Amino acid sequence: MDLSFLVIQALNGLSSASSLFIAACGLTLVFGVTRIVNFAHGSLYMIGAYTAATLVPNLLEWSYGPVPFWLGILISALIVGLLGVVMEVLLLRRIYGAPELFQLLATFGVVLVVQDLVVQIFGPQDILGPRAPGLRAPVEILGRRFPSYELVLIAAGPLVLGFVWFILKRTRFGVLVRAATQDREMVAALGVNQALLFTGTLFLGAFLAGLGGALQVPRVAANNGMDLSIIAECFVVTVVGGMGSVPGAFLAALIIGQLQAFGILLFPKITLVVVFLLMAITLAIRPNGLFGRPEHFSGAHAIGIASHAPGRFNAIAVSALLVVLAALPLVADEYFLKVATEILILALFAFSLQLLIGVGGLVSFGHAAFFGLGAYGAALGVKWLGASMEGALPLAPLLAALGAMAVGALVVRLSGIYLAMMTLAAAQILYAVAFQWVEVTGGDNGLVGIWPSTWAAPRSVYYLVTLALTAGTMLLLKRIIDAPFGYALRAMRDSQARAEAIGLEPRTHRWLAFTLAGAAAGLAGGLYAFSRGSVDPTLLGIPTSVDALTMLLLGGIQTITGPIAGAAVLHTLRDQIMPLTAFWRLFLGLSIIGMVLIFPRGLIGTLRYWRQA
Amino acid sequence: MAPMFRWLSLGLALALGVPAAQAQQAPIKIGEMNSYSKWAAFTVPYRNGWQLALDEINAKGGVLGRKLEIVSREDGATTGDATRVAEELVSREGVSFLFGSFLSNVGVAMADFANQKKIVYIAAEPLTDAITMAQGNRYTFRIRPNNYMQVGMLVEKAKASGAKRWAIVAPNYEYGQSAAEVFKRLIKERVPGAEIVAEQYPALGKIEAGATVSAIEQAKPDGIFNVLFGPDLTQFVREGNTRGLFEKKTILSLLTGEPEWLLPLKDEVPEGWTVTGYPWDEIAEPKHKAFVAAYRAKYNDTPRLGSLLGYMVVHMIRDTIERAGSVDTDALIKALENAKFDTIVGPVTMRGIDHQASMGAWTGKLVLKGAAGGMIDWTYNDGTPFMPSETEVKAVRKE
Amino acid sequence: MTLLSVESIDKSFGGVAAARDVGFSVERGEMVALIGPNGAGKSTVFNMIGGQLKPDRGRILLDDADITTASPQERFRRGVGRTFQVAQTFLSMSGIENVQMALISGHHQSRRLWQPARTLYREEAFALLECVGMVEAADRPCSTLAYGDVKRLELAIALAGEPKLLLMDEPTAGMALRERAALMDLVSTIAQDAKIGVLFTEHDMDVVFGHADRVLVLLRGRIIAAGSPEDVRNDPQVRQAYLGDSHALTRSV
Repeated sequence: MDLSFLVIQALNGLSSASSLFIAACGLTLVFGVTRIVNFAHGSLYMIGAYTAATLVPNLLEWSYGPVPFWLGILISALIVGLLGVVMEVLLLRRIYGAPELFQLLATFGVVLVVQDLVVQIFGPQDILGPRAPGLRAPVEILGRRFPSYELVLIAAGPLVLGFVWFILKRTRFGVLVRAATQDREMVAALGVNQALLFTGTLFLGAFLAGLGGALQVPRVAANNGMDLSIIAECFVVTVVGGMGSVPGAFLAALIIGQLQAFGILLFPKITLVVVFLLMAITLAIRPNGLFGRPEHFSGAHAIGIASHAPGRFNAIAVSALLVVLAALPLVADEYFLKVATEILILALFAFSLQLLIGVGGLVSFGHAAFFGLGAYGAALGVKWLGASMEGALPLAPLLAALGAMAVGALVVRLSGIYLAMMTLAAAQILYAVAFQWVEVTGGDNGLVGIWPSTWAAPRSVYYLVTLALTAGTMLLLKRIIDAPFGYALRAMRDSQARAEAIGLEPRTHRWLAFTLAGAAAGLAGGLYAFSRGSVDPTLLGIPTSVDALTMLLLGGIQTITGPIAGAAVLHTLRDQIMPLTAFWRLFLGLSIIGMVLIFPRGLIGTLRYWRQA
Repeated sequence: MAPMFRWLSLGLALALGVPAAQAQQAPIKIGEMNSYSKWAAFTVPYRNGWQLALDEINAKGGVLGRKLEIVSREDGATTGDATRVAEELVSREGVSFLFGSFLSNVGVAMADFANQKKIVYIAAEPLTDAITMAQGNRYTFRIRPNNYMQVGMLVEKAKASGAKRWAIVAPNYEYGQSAAEVFKRLIKERVPGAEIVAEQYPALGKIEAGATVSAIEQAKPDGIFNVLFGPDLTQFVREGNTRGLFEKKTILSLLTGEPEWLLPLKDEVPEGWTVTGYPWDEIAEPKHKAFVAAYRAKYNDTPRLGSLLGYMVVHMIRDTIERAGSVDTDALIKALENAKFDTIVGPVTMRGIDHQASMGAWTGKLVLKGAAGGMIDWTYNDGTPFMPSETEVKAVRKE
Repeated sequence: MTLLSVESIDKSFGGVAAARDVGFSVERGEMVALIGPNGAGKSTVFNMIGGQLKPDRGRILLDDADITTASPQERFRRGVGRTFQVAQTFLSMSGIENVQMALISGHHQSRRLWQPARTLYREEAFALLECVGMVEAADRPCSTLAYGDVKRLELAIALAGEPKLLLMDEPTAGMALRERAALMDLVSTIAQDAKIGVLFTEHDMDVVFGHADRVLVLLRGRIIAAGSPEDVRNDPQVRQAYLGDSHALTRSV
């Protein structure tokens, strides 16, 4: 490898680092001030790209030259900045005090809404934007051609860093932003107009996201997959750099840029996991990222399941419900039973997450990891060990529990949003493994032919098997929640200091909680694999994790039965509405946002609240 | 809800004394599903295609004296949703068989579903070899020429070019990797002295184009085999053009000549690339011209390859039902296996051994025509000689 | 044998010394107050004894065993109980469950997965609630209790571990005047009955001089005076330190 190649490759890395930094910088700023991890940041980036790809050609037609081009980029970023203001005023402003779970979900709701709206407004086809006037020709560097636009991008990163630095250090707004990043209460106490400060921050954050998207237009066609692909990397940049730290984000982007530029020379297939591996390693060594400070989430965790006197009525109601469910095959048709089977499975999946979130206050954003591991455990048992359903199904909770032990060991040191991000990273790494290890996992095509044994093959029998296993596991989990272990988890959620002062060991308890929740989610995954006959990497993906969270949210994280109701409602809606519309994501996104804003207690929680009020 | 509704309507029919004969004339229901929301750019033209064919067929009285009815569903672009929707179509709507899906993984899951439920499934669009090879089964059929066939056509072109040092760039997922594997195998078999000097597998939708181009350039290949598509491809083309990667090299590119992929490239079409594609505007076959005219008249849009596939598959379904004389699954399979169809692109045979149709593909060179790309020097390659050999099929199919 | 002995511990944060050469001891059944103006380093010293902070130098001994670097959990097992400046209880549980939780942990039962927690150690917990006069709050959710009651509940939780040493960080902060004396009377009765050594910080000088057997005065990280309340009150250095608030020292006379 000669020197000129290394130089060019380093420049390539610098230019992606710059792009990544500009995209991620707004995310970290917004987090620093509002403490909200804005999932929709990637959507703002995508809107920036679409706006520029549509607007700039019109400007260039009117007058071709660098001025209209850069003006168009700037206008696009400003438009996105205004959209950020709209988002702040309509949504974020109402959820600053909410638990981070609700914040993450609400902004993910925005992601879903934007995905459908972008297709409606800009059309389904990718939009290729114009190249930058005056920058079409390459420059020669050490005898190799290098696009001049990439040089502009390389310069843009530090320019944006300087611009942000100037705002933070030299303006009153910046002083307040920095103060808020360090101590929100203090700013509130100073009598600063907090609303204006937050709106301003969102404008700046969204403007930078839009700028990041618009600057990509001369390189890449605006397309509707941009949002999720950039947001994952932005998360990594902000987490590795330390949430809220702009210089940290810059450093992290530089590292990632070079890692990818040179990584592909050694391992051409590494691109999918390298960033998440970096994030996992960073957090394992520095739990708050490179430049992050420890977070103190006062009271945000303390929302979840509380004690309730056990009533005889509950036991009767549970028995009655079980009898009704067991009698279902007598009246329902095959398809109804299939949907009912899936609801039971998803209820167990959500219920296992409730152990972490509702009981333990551990916001796992990668619960799909364990569901997927379970499904793959069962499928691999069938495919590679030649096991029957009876032999393969126990492998599901086993593999998931092992995975949860490993993930748990990494995350129990973390708290709050770092914990959520670490679980997300773990799920993404597993996703990449399932996606890439084609020989074993079948890659993205997955594994098929995972059907139940002959005796369990009829829908009604499989339904009853599922009912027995899921209901049994949920009752077991309920028992665990009421046992000292569950109380200890709640104790650590309510007050970590008090829990430690009475001798409770948060790490071992939380680790065990991850293992138990993982095993239960894994069983759900295994049952799911046999119910539909196949597994593939989407089971490990972000949308699956979001599904589980949405079910919790729908049902209510303060109630034990909430996730079951949430699973029933969400899956019924999906079954009834999704096949008939092209706007399912819009509908789902609006529903999530609506739930967060109007019924934060969830359906069951709201019912109980009304009954008690 | 649906069964109750059906009982109600049956009750109504009885009460009103509708003649039994009319019940016999009920339409033949076929289930169709695709990712209309997430992959609208590809699936909507496809839907337009089958809708056009359906209208034509029903205008001529349908088949076996009955109208065709297609019950269409969104498949959610995931295997879990797709198989559930399929089950709903089968058990509630009572469809006779299924066709559709776009993504390969959904296609594979659907094939397995068909096998389990013993119902015919015709995959129109998915490309993965698995559907007719390792995961193939008695109930699953595919129309579109698969990965193996299309790569094979390009390898012929590679042979003619004389290039020996090859670089591969493919998206890092099953479609890309299996295309790369096939290329590696075939180029070594068919081009003596050929070697692979570089391989790059960027993550789908996340290419680091600059770094990828430099890495390929560094290996000094004289030919590049490309499987990238969509946003990754545009980025790769722009970077490659600026940096002179494609100069004096033979570039082979899978699918890039299909209007789906050409139209978004606008005037930045990489001229001179040898591609598989669909020169819809130049095919002189009268039947095909009629199709294009009807399509443009109805939708005021350019037909895509998906439109052609949607159109063809429904006409082939019509022929099959007519030959089978019923919609009984065994009769349908019998009517499909080794059947010859006279389609708007020429004769197509459904090979019995692997249920892969012999529909071919067009190969040619990319050229800029006005403000958009097109193909020149193209030929239609019938699929038959490019299909995997029978011994190969027998080795991997489990039946 | 001395219950707690602190041997010249130091702690600084980024070059600013918060505690310098601090040394003192606490005996069984003794109530010792640690006072000083704001920013004198009371909380730092307190948190080093509680295990939330590690000293840069020096040793902390409990019953002659070195606990300088022990975790809060380890200290709990060795007999250190504590209350916090802002009361820390488990808001999602009822009053009695809070105490049960501490008892469960004390008996190493917190990893049991089957037996319902609400049935464990209920009688013992009830007795502890009785001891702090909180019986009527046993089955009320902790989140509905008045702050004074929460403080007393926290005391019951701290006592559940059968501590030898009780650390109380501003035990009466946020309470009504009348409640303060009652709580401290309760604490001193318990301390004497169970031979528990109590170390507390306090702002209310009535509480300090009314309940402490000994008083330690901290100023800029150093102990400037130690002795009986009477001696400390008359110490010129202390009077100097509290110059701005000399009423604080005289009010209770």
